[in-house]
Amino acid sequence: MAHAYTPGLKVTNRMLHSVVRMLPIKGKVMVKVGDKVNAEQIVAATYMPGDVYPLNMANLLTVPPKDVASLMLHQEGEKVEEGEPIAETAGLFGKFKKKFNSPYSGTIETVSDVTGQVILRGPDIPVEVKAYVSGTVTEVNPEIGCTIEADVAFIQGIFGIGGETCGPIKFAVDSCDATVTAKNISADMKGCVVIGGARLTVDAIEEARKVGVVALIGGGMDDQDLKEFLGYDLGVAITGSEKKGITVIVTEGFGDIAMATRTFDLLKRFEGHDASVNGATQIRAGVMRPEIIIPLEAGDCEEETKQVGGYLEIGLPLRIIRDPYFGMIGTVSALPSEPHVLGSGSKARVLEVKLSSGESVIVPRANVELIEA
Amino acid sequence: MKIDLDNINVILATDCGSTTTKAILIEKIDGEYRQTFRGEAPTTVEKPFANVTIGVTNAVTEVAELSGRQLTNDDGTIKKPTSGNDGCDLYISTSSAGGGLQMMVAGVIAEMTAASAKRAALGAGAIVMDVISSNDKRRPHEQIQRIRELRPDMILISGGTDGGTTEKVVQLAELIAPAKPQPRFGSEYEMPIIYAGNKMAADEVVATLQEDWIDLAVVENLRPKLEHENLGPARDKIHDVFLEHVMAHAPGYDMLMDWTDADIMPTPGAVGDILQTIAKKNNINVVGVDIGGATTDVFSVFDETFNRTVSANLGMSYSISNVCAEATMPNVLRWVHFDMDERQLRNRVKNKMIRPTTIPQSLESLIFEQAVAREALRLAYIQHKEFATTLKGVQQQRTVGDTFNQQIAGATIVDNMKLNLLVASGGVLSHAPSMNQTAMMLVDAFEPEGCTNLAKDSIFMMPHLGVLSAVHPEAAAQVFQRDCLIYLGTCIAAKGLGKEGKPCFTWTLSGDLDASGTCNFGDIELIEMGPDQRATITCEPARGFDLGGGKGKKITHEVRGGTVGLIIDGRGRPLILPEDRQQCQMSMKKWVENMSLYEEVEEAVATA
Repeated sequence: MAHAYTPGLKVTNRMLHSVVRMLPIKGKVMVKVGDKVNAEQIVAATYMPGDVYPLNMANLLTVPPKDVASLMLHQEGEKVEEGEPIAETAGLFGKFKKKFNSPYSGTIETVSDVTGQVILRGPDIPVEVKAYVSGTVTEVNPEIGCTIEADVAFIQGIFGIGGETCGPIKFAVDSCDATVTAKNISADMKGCVVIGGARLTVDAIEEARKVGVVALIGGGMDDQDLKEFLGYDLGVAITGSEKKGITVIVTEGFGDIAMATRTFDLLKRFEGHDASVNGATQIRAGVMRPEIIIPLEAGDCEEETKQVGGYLEIGLPLRIIRDPYFGMIGTVSALPSEPHVLGSGSKARVLEVKLSSGESVIVPRANVELIEA
Repeated sequence: MKIDLDNINVILATDCGSTTTKAILIEKIDGEYRQTFRGEAPTTVEKPFANVTIGVTNAVTEVAELSGRQLTNDDGTIKKPTSGNDGCDLYISTSSAGGGLQMMVAGVIAEMTAASAKRAALGAGAIVMDVISSNDKRRPHEQIQRIRELRPDMILISGGTDGGTTEKVVQLAELIAPAKPQPRFGSEYEMPIIYAGNKMAADEVVATLQEDWIDLAVVENLRPKLEHENLGPARDKIHDVFLEHVMAHAPGYDMLMDWTDADIMPTPGAVGDILQTIAKKNNINVVGVDIGGATTDVFSVFDETFNRTVSANLGMSYSISNVCAEATMPNVLRWVHFDMDERQLRNRVKNKMIRPTTIPQSLESLIFEQAVAREALRLAYIQHKEFATTLKGVQQQRTVGDTFNQQIAGATIVDNMKLNLLVASGGVLSHAPSMNQTAMMLVDAFEPEGCTNLAKDSIFMMPHLGVLSAVHPEAAAQVFQRDCLIYLGTCIAAKGLGKEGKPCFTWTLSGDLDASGTCNFGDIELIEMGPDQRATITCEPARGFDLGGGKGKKITHEVRGGTVGLIIDGRGRPLILPEDRQQCQMSMKKWVENMSLYEEVEEAVATA
């Protein structure tokens, strides 16, 4: 049987996409089913319990833990202000009283008579959830969140940094194999999702951040540049929470690698459209890839592309994802079932790939990913 | 379900790793169980599939293709029982997919009850995300903030000997209750918390943790006395909770649990079980390592004391970038005997991290990955030695004197001179194209001293056999003996440092092989000695060198051959590579040639 499962990234010009917008804890959902929302609209809000400050009151007042409750000037559930007395000892004949002033504003949550510990909870922290993608609310989960659906063009990147943002699509270069440098970034890109071609240089990313570009997207970037931009060497691929003021996404990988023509052309078709972008990447345990979502407008009559199946079959287009042929595009030309000895000396199941140059190469099946035709 | 062991002729076992799902077939041939076929496929616990059984079916399908035996039904389920040449009689599985079992543990004193709690969690096969203790130098609000940030699958609280402190234990519970850690599997999931501390504090802890988002279980104290550990009940409870809660919430595991004939075990737990069995049966000290994509597990049994550590971010795919960041690129490149462009290498490392299932195609790529592996193993072993201190494992009696010594940094119980067997498993070690490469990675990273046997898990089946040993010990033992361990050979290495080119030790072999020679400092030699050959080796170290008998003292050992042979290592311990890059490359080149690391590869490629 000549097939094998292989993963691939999604790049499609039309699909029905739904995003679930959820609060971390119960709160208020501000939309109802059928509502049209835009990406920047707040759809749910709540207050997170504030930070917790344990106070070892028994030690602070030098009393046994069981006595603490009776010495409290404020009881569980009561609010206190910073500097306000919250506990006081009886003292000796009404004198030499020891008082403790609250170091923070908040609410007394618990008073333990076992440990003498008082838990002070800081003020609630407001949390707002935006729609992120413009579309229609299709489901509301009361007090929790909602689901928004939209017909979109959808592109998964391979790696990104920075969180959710949105803005109109603007191009920095004319071709998918052009490197993006600071020279390609201009002031009129402020607030835009800027598309590059091949490698994004660190000076281009810095310049983009300076002019207020919300997201910069390219084929690849050098790891050295990423390290320089972040200020540290990224060890584990869990990203999205960087506070760098810009979201950066690469669609192909690390190095000087051109954006796939199909991806570049698809984005080009939507130049000027609004896009929702998220750089969050998590490769391990609950894989998450960065995404570029372009909600389709009424006039867009994009036809849905055929989705890539999970199996390698002769004739399917693919990309090689490991050296020595990293980044090359071709089609499956043979799927020998017998394992093959590789240049490394390992034996592995392979496939023959006919590259776009016409050359045929043998590649391990693990080193390719299917792309859409 | 009751299993009739007499009627088991075909066994199918899978291990769902974080990257790859591996399936093996075990068949009864002429009255003996043998491992016959193996298949693998990418693990499908993540989106878009989000169902582990798809990867299982793919891996099993590969076994079916190779064996000609139909093992799945039309709906993808496992075909049972055997019917003619189709199906199997028993199906079992282990799992570390989706990040494995992730736990947070808490104890009163970091070096005592918290250390015992960590040992219980690690012994059960968990990854310990953090250890909270009263003396961990964090302020309480920082501890609470940390608990809030973590997303553990479960929490283990210990603290206090029976009748000891109640207050400090309740304080721990008081930190956890308001922190409300969010579980990984969504808001509907009740966070399992296991309390295994001072029994006198149990009622107070239960009262403090009386919340609707908590599923609390109380078990026996894991440190009832200072000098006594009782990890069994806590470990058993962790296993139960793992099956009832964690597995049940991981994508597709409810289906997989229905398919298996025995409980699914966490992969490291299964490997630990089988290694302890080997150590006990042969009365030896063993170190085992399993290097995976995300983590590296090190297991050791010294003087019957078992320890396990998980280095959470040292691995060969998801964590490869972290290995390079922690070890630094110059340290990785010291194991490479030619020039490589660092900027390009950094990109390659990141590309491997973001596409973790790829494999090296070129020799250059393989050599670099093996260099990274040496550093991952070296760092993981350092962490293991720091953790495996004089505190003992399951139900060991300790003296009060030990208790006061436990913070001494040198009090590790891992002693390379006393090590008898070093077992390698995990992709980069098990699948190395030449066994010489596996042996050399082990020797370079672990630096065994004296006389040490080297072995590898042939096709990474220790997890499968670990879980099989719980169901069918006879089948597990037979397959382990015949098909699992491949003896690579023996390493003879002297402790001490000397001058390059000066004699380190002389050696004489007699028995199936007669030979003798002098090993100079800075050299490594390989003596061919087949798997069935045995000999007596007598070594006389030069002044300042120790081979186990003391500095300069003669030693005699029985040695066994293997697929690699006898390694005579005079590079000294600790193993120090020249700092100068050119000189380092020259040394590595000499060692690569002497150990014939890549000759076989070049020949194989030429004839392919």
